[in-house]
Amino acid sequence: MEIILFLVLLVLGYCFGLLAERRHYRSIIAREKVMNSLPAIASRYPPEDKPYDQQLVVGSVVIGSDYFKSFLAGLVNFFGGSVVSYEGLLDRARREATLRMKEQAQKAGAEMVFNVKYETTSVGNSKLASVEVLAYGTAMKPVFAPTPSAAGEG
Amino acid sequence: MLVSNLEFLPDQKVLKHIGLVQGSSVRSKHVGRDIMASLKNLFGGELAGYTELLQESRVEALDRMIEQASGIGANAILNVRFSTSSITAGAAEIYVYGTAVQLADN
Repeated sequence: MEIILFLVLLVLGYCFGLLAERRHYRSIIAREKVMNSLPAIASRYPPEDKPYDQQLVVGSVVIGSDYFKSFLAGLVNFFGGSVVSYEGLLDRARREATLRMKEQAQKAGAEMVFNVKYETTSVGNSKLASVEVLAYGTAMKPVFAPTPSAAGEG
Repeated sequence: MLVSNLEFLPDQKVLKHIGLVQGSSVRSKHVGRDIMASLKNLFGGELAGYTELLQESRVEALDRMIEQASGIGANAILNVRFSTSSITAGAAEIYVYGTAVQLADN
């Protein structure tokens, strides 16, 4: 009886997990194309070419693995090697968090996000991994101040 | 209150470094949410309940930090960092810290 339940969960996990992963990747790729105009930069030194307003922007997501992936990871862990099923999970989580951060920055009218940092934590129970990724940075909003020459004349 | 994770601001001068300020928050969801999340965990995908939980918790930690900073007379917090640790299944601690400073008014 238990072996049947295990197999059913394995198959269900595989099907729904694959479906969720594909759908998520499609959405990520489509949104990344839109967000490419707003770069996220890991530099600590902000640009000094024109005045900017700063705002802290944050994006976070919790993504769970599925039963099949967890089982596969358990097997790989036993024999050693790269755990491909979790690499995809973390890649999705990180890209999603970055996108959410950028979307917040875009809503605030920013041109770029500076000093981007990532934070990863595993949440939930130990058997089925779920991971939280947080991306944060400083959104730089250009200030449309009057140009010096115009201000001088006035 | 200006909150930024840059270490310095290009066009503003720091008058005085006041000190470290911090805020933390530990939250958990009710059991129903935990059960839903562990079911979702069998099939994969985003655990929206936990995303929401950590976001609420982060806002609370930030608010506490800002409150502390305004209490000691700062008008900006620079070099803000976040840190998350899971305490038990379904509960996480969010810790946020930064340097409270006094900026010159432009």
